[in-house]
Amino acid sequence: MPIFWLIVILLALTACGYWFGRSRALASANGNPRELHSLPVYYGANVAMSIAIPALMTLAIWLLVQPMVIESRVSASLPSEVIPENTSIGLIMGDVRRLSDGLDEVVAQGFLDAKQALDLNSETTDIRATLGEVGVALGSDVRPEVLAAAQQYRQLSATGGRAMTLVCLFLALGGLVLSLRKTNKTFRARNVVERGILALLVLAASLAILTTVGIVFSMLFETINFFGLHAWRDFFFGTTWAPNFRGDSELSMLPLLWGTLYISAIALLVAVPVGLFAAIYLSEYAGSTVRSFAKPLLEILAGIPTIVYGLFALLTVGPLLLKLFGQGEEGLLGLTWMSGATSVLTAGVVMGIMLIPFVSSLSDDIINAVPQALRDGSLGLGATKSETIRQVVLPAALPGIVGAILLAASRAIGETMIVVMGAGAIAKFSANPFESMTTITTRVVSQLTGDTDFASPETLVAFALGLSLFVLTLGLNVLALYIVRKYREQYD
Amino acid sequence: MNTMNMLDKSLDTKTTKITARDVNVYYGDSHAIKDVNVEIDANTVTAFIGPSGCGKSTFLRCINRMNDTIDVCRVRGDILLDGEDIYDKRVDPVQLRAKVGMVFQKPNPFPKSIYDNVSYGPRIHGLSRNKAEMDDIVEKSLRRAAIWEEVKDRLDAPGTGLSGGQQQRLCIARAIATEPEVLLMDEPCSALDPIATAQVEELIDELRTNYSVVIVTHSMQQAARVSQKTAFFHLGNLVEFGPTGQIFTNPEDPRTESYITGRIG
Repeated sequence: MPIFWLIVILLALTACGYWFGRSRALASANGNPRELHSLPVYYGANVAMSIAIPALMTLAIWLLVQPMVIESRVSASLPSEVIPENTSIGLIMGDVRRLSDGLDEVVAQGFLDAKQALDLNSETTDIRATLGEVGVALGSDVRPEVLAAAQQYRQLSATGGRAMTLVCLFLALGGLVLSLRKTNKTFRARNVVERGILALLVLAASLAILTTVGIVFSMLFETINFFGLHAWRDFFFGTTWAPNFRGDSELSMLPLLWGTLYISAIALLVAVPVGLFAAIYLSEYAGSTVRSFAKPLLEILAGIPTIVYGLFALLTVGPLLLKLFGQGEEGLLGLTWMSGATSVLTAGVVMGIMLIPFVSSLSDDIINAVPQALRDGSLGLGATKSETIRQVVLPAALPGIVGAILLAASRAIGETMIVVMGAGAIAKFSANPFESMTTITTRVVSQLTGDTDFASPETLVAFALGLSLFVLTLGLNVLALYIVRKYREQYD
Repeated sequence: MNTMNMLDKSLDTKTTKITARDVNVYYGDSHAIKDVNVEIDANTVTAFIGPSGCGKSTFLRCINRMNDTIDVCRVRGDILLDGEDIYDKRVDPVQLRAKVGMVFQKPNPFPKSIYDNVSYGPRIHGLSRNKAEMDDIVEKSLRRAAIWEEVKDRLDAPGTGLSGGQQQRLCIARAIATEPEVLLMDEPCSALDPIATAQVEELIDELRTNYSVVIVTHSMQQAARVSQKTAFFHLGNLVEFGPTGQIFTNPEDPRTESYITGRIG
């Protein structure tokens, strides 16, 4: 039975179960819901939960585990001489899977009946041609061992599928019967449903956490592979980033880290003053009408995709800076500092613009959270508005603002598109902001795009870079949280 | 309440510090203060009493133009400080507030050290030329606010770490450090326990020698204890204004009597 229909049946059973549970509970109270321990919907939900959760969870786990089990059994039964030189068992198993899927397809489309498909013989039938007719292309002619394996694969899958259907239906019906038997007017259905909801919430929370852990571990394993192929000393302490595919690449993180930090620093130099002043204006000076349209307008900036900022850097800011500091269109200031539109400054300025709403929106919230009593106290002593802001409001809001800046910094460090389009691709140490530089993120992209071989250090270095970036931004976020927690004023 | 004690209070006639003439205050459409006329004497504690929402705090905030910070608030009429209209266009509210200090209902020390809290006002008004003078001002203010002995060893500790009563006395010290001529107190003891209240009341009585003090209070006992003049507000009107002893023992208006005896409010 296809899985789709199995799920439909399970859901239908669940819906019926809900209705049965509800009416059974009502019947046990002679139709008077006041005599029930819980509302009738809880009895229904309890039965529905008992049906759906065990069956669907078994289904999900079965679907994950069955292919693994079958694969290992089939590959164990393959004779070792089937595997030619310089290929792996994985390739053969790929053939086996394609063949067995193809045979299923042939049967489904009616070219052969199930019996004929089982009796196929690679000596007498051109299986490749038969499969070609139903649109399944095989790379080579089918060898008898592979055909045998594929038949075994089909058989095991079919058996497994039948067993899965039976088990799931049995669990669903069992759940229905058991929970219906428990349903009577004193049964505390509400408490059971409450526990079910708790379990759902815990599941959601742990999924989020487990995913993070999973990401970290997948990066970690690839990083360990990388350090197996490349000296960690070069990665952490080398000075040159020069990947090539001859096998003697110099893959040092430091030039990239320098580029990342330099560009982020310029971005923060732009974003922090502008964002902070905007926040002060909006929260302290602007009237409610100005605020009501200026704040959403500013926050629109946050909604612009970073690729658009990249275009802005490439087409507007870069040429503009070139005109000012270089010889672009004869150079307005007569300087020759800048030779190309892509530079640290271009990327930094545009990234700073991107971060303005981030800083201003967070700071605005933080400044607004400073109690009015403090402002009154300062104004009442004869301080002017700006004295009040500088000496009372900002110091009180400072921890929060520092946290906002650190969050902005971790965004700047992780930003990719603006840097790809605005900063160029040359990895080097230089303090000159008019030169091209590159960052960790852009190198990760370029090492992983195109024709890649996941066994070479030139590709695997991307994971090491990614993990370093992750550690860096995680550190910044932890620091930000720590500062915010430690120095947060307890106003009340 | 000891009636004899109240009548004994000296009521020597003094110069008028603040004069309010036909003051009306509106919050948007609502008319919060209606035609209030009052004269507040120098070196006197004047208490504003009345039920919640009667406008006493609003009127108090008019005296140092704190209502300017509220967008929808409009003030009509004249308030004269030493004969000068404080709502005149030439008057800078910032300078006015340096002369008319304010202590708020809830203690609101800045999240700074105790020293910086007190030196805040003198610093922004440039009242000291050097550190030694500033130390002097801080010590004097803290002594006058009766909190010096408790904090002299921890002037660098944050003001927010003090207890509620200490915080309020710190706020009073902060207010008197700028040498104001008038001190406005908006229910300064409402967040304090009886012991701290007693300390603050004692302090208010001492402050009278240097300042005019105007205090808004919900506690009639407190008004009777600390003030020489009392004004009773009701529904935005100034119902009765006179010597404290007279208001509490022999009120002219029936509404005052009802409020004092607990029948309205």
